[in-house]
Amino acid sequence: MPLYLNDEQTMLRDTAKDFIAEHAPVGHLRSLRDGNDPTGFSRDLWKQFAEMGLNGVLIPEAQGGLGLGHVEAGVVLEEIGRNLSPSPFLATAVAAVEALKGSAQAERWFPGIVAGETVAALAIDEGAKHRDRIAMTAERSGNGFRLTGAKQFVTHGHVADLLIVAARTAGSPDDAEGVTLFAVPKDAANLTATPERLADSSLAARIAFEGVEVDADAVIGEVDGGCGPLDRLLRAGRTGAAAELLGVGGGAMDMTVGYLKERKQFGVAIGSFQALQHRAAHLYAEMEVARAAVLKAQQLLDTGAEADAAVSIAKAMTGMATTLSVQEGIQMHGGIGMTDEYDIGFYMKRARVLAEMFGDIGFHADRLAKAAGY
Amino acid sequence: MTDTDLDTFRSDTRAWLAENCPPEMREPVRSDTDVCWGGRNFAPSSPAQKDWLDRTAARGWTVPDWPKAYGGGGLSAAQTKILREEMAAIRARNPLNSFGISMLGPALLKYGTEEQKLEHLPKIARGEIRWCQGYSEPNAGSDLAGLAASAEDAGDHYIVNGQKVWTSYADKADWIFCLVRTSKASKQGGISFVLFDMASPGVSTKPILLISGYSPFCETFMDDVKVPKANRIHDENKGWDVAKYLLGHEREMISGMGLASGGRNPLVEGAIATIGLDHDGRLADPVLRTQIALFEVRAKAFAAMSERFIDELKAGRAHPAQPSMMKYVGTELNKDRYELMMASGGSDALEWESERSRTGAMPRAWLRTKANSIEGGTSEIQLNIIAKRILELPGA
Ligand SMILES: Cc1cc2nc3c(=O)[nH]c(=O)nc-3n(C[C@H](O)[C@H](O)[C@H](O)COP(=O)(O)OP(=O)(O)OC[C@H]3O[C@@H](n4cnc5c(N)ncnc54)[C@H](O)[C@@H]3O)c2cc1C
Repeated sequence: MPLYLNDEQTMLRDTAKDFIAEHAPVGHLRSLRDGNDPTGFSRDLWKQFAEMGLNGVLIPEAQGGLGLGHVEAGVVLEEIGRNLSPSPFLATAVAAVEALKGSAQAERWFPGIVAGETVAALAIDEGAKHRDRIAMTAERSGNGFRLTGAKQFVTHGHVADLLIVAARTAGSPDDAEGVTLFAVPKDAANLTATPERLADSSLAARIAFEGVEVDADAVIGEVDGGCGPLDRLLRAGRTGAAAELLGVGGGAMDMTVGYLKERKQFGVAIGSFQALQHRAAHLYAEMEVARAAVLKAQQLLDTGAEADAAVSIAKAMTGMATTLSVQEGIQMHGGIGMTDEYDIGFYMKRARVLAEMFGDIGFHADRLAKAAGY
Repeated sequence: MTDTDLDTFRSDTRAWLAENCPPEMREPVRSDTDVCWGGRNFAPSSPAQKDWLDRTAARGWTVPDWPKAYGGGGLSAAQTKILREEMAAIRARNPLNSFGISMLGPALLKYGTEEQKLEHLPKIARGEIRWCQGYSEPNAGSDLAGLAASAEDAGDHYIVNGQKVWTSYADKADWIFCLVRTSKASKQGGISFVLFDMASPGVSTKPILLISGYSPFCETFMDDVKVPKANRIHDENKGWDVAKYLLGHEREMISGMGLASGGRNPLVEGAIATIGLDHDGRLADPVLRTQIALFEVRAKAFAAMSERFIDELKAGRAHPAQPSMMKYVGTELNKDRYELMMASGGSDALEWESERSRTGAMPRAWLRTKANSIEGGTSEIQLNIIAKRILELPGA
């Protein structure tokens, strides 16, 4: 498979690009923020995504989806990133779908996701830094389980219809085995979700599970066998976040290059100054490196090849390139870049949140090093 | 060619390499003297080196994708990729290093006449003639088109006068491909691309010592050198087209240095060997470990970009400025890699003359990499190209 988008993928990208730029440009985020919107995204827009068929991008055709792959999910995410569109797409249509795929729970939740009625959230992280450690417990109780523990950084957790929860059914927190994945409906008793607004004005919840009872059929896959679906969820989530970061970094870069051509000082466009040209060119090269890394990870996931290293490279590399992009973006905009009125700052805030999500640059570099034996 | 054919090609290639690549040629090159450059005065550093060159050349595999008529292997792009992968898998050395292969060859294939191709390409493929590049002059480096070496029309030949500088291996090369001025009417439009034998009367060279302690560079002097017009590639005053095309290939070749060789990472192996692992199995220097891990992210992502550009090139969708991006990122990365190797090696990596250091191969190689972002057009020039051609920023 050549390492570029094929014709159908390019078409999908163009469709997503036009649609998202029209319906959810940066101004959409700005108005949600200015209105202090309690949901954090637009349910109407989520419906429109569904009408376009996008929510089912990774869902098999037999289950009402498009049956496409991570490259296709990624082209949508990149446009979401470029427009900073608040959307449950990454958590729901990408990560949750990958976790549910092939399980009995898929039958229950896929129709709502395809229809744009269901939003899923991922209750995975237990600390301020993403780690593989899972301490939350699920004890057998009656003919189901009782969940006890706390999760944080659960994007859309306060409004989600479905929570994908990783909890421990055996072993101790640092063990890789002994984890089970649960599909928990939002109306479960003894569950409190406290939303917090983040720097990028998105909402993420801290969730307390104080003996939440779920039926045995809430288990996704096998008891104690959550590693499989959890790994799938994380690989998809990390790759998806990398694609979204690519969009954020690319969007910031386009704004910056545009500004370099338009802003005049000393009687000339500032883009004619070589000091700035070189920084813009360096930034462009870094973004291109990141782009190739993301596509590589997506293609490997789609062919079912071993993709772990490529996924970590993609997430870490987009973290680095996009951080550079937003930082250079503000600097090269000068004073106006620091104003709330101008959009470039929104890019910086979103990049920071996505860089942290599913493991930051250091987390993924560390994983690679461990896998390579050092 | 079907996938099955390619699979067969792969297994045949693997078997051939297993049989024909001598074990000594599966060790990394340790120093410049280990590299096979061929040429009239070729003195193999070992019998294995000579066997390896002879066997690959006989199959046309020193230049696998050139046509058979010119000494190549006539392989398709897919087959060439397989051959390279299989060679990387056994860490086979490049059988022949040659500016003829990486630079002049592609230019001849595009711009040469049939006679010129038949005359020069097979000799390049077999490593019989070693070439050097006469581009830079004392006052024409980054501003290459400002060159002054002149070629005066004398009927069926030119009389060439002037000086070149930084000519790599001019003192060891047999022939030179050289840019000369055939007209003063226009800067770029007055340059011609000519070839001549370094043994021609009037050619002399003088080595320049580098910081690595080696002197692969020369000043090259041309004093009334007679160059037949038949040795001109492409039209008179159109040499800049050839020069630019060739530079694209040179940049690609140099950027390849940023790519990690297949298999285990020698940087990591080296660091583990000198620094060791702690009880958690991590490199015992946490800061260096972090730097190496972040470098790995960038190097592997760069490998993906290189793969992507090759795929785009094959499909005819590459942007002409992509080699500049490869050159810029690849060479900066290669310098970083060697900084990390030096940091991993500690005092061992500083030994300059001892036998166990193979006469300071590591520090000399480290110093040599500093030229990667200068030769073939500096990093600054590559950034200029990206800014102008891709980002379309206004001219300063
Ligand atoms: C190892 C090595 C091998 C080489 N081999 C050969 C060879 O075989 N044949 C050959 O002909 N040449 C060869 N060269 C020469 C090489 O191509 C030149 O060194 C190179 O093009 C730079 O030219 P210069 O050295 O004159 O530097 P200069 O052009 O004087 O540059 C000096 C500094 O100014 C910067 N600079 C110059 N112009 C600009 C600009 N417009 N904008 C921003 N910055 C600028 C440069 O980036 C550099 O940092 C080799 C060089 C090296 C180091």
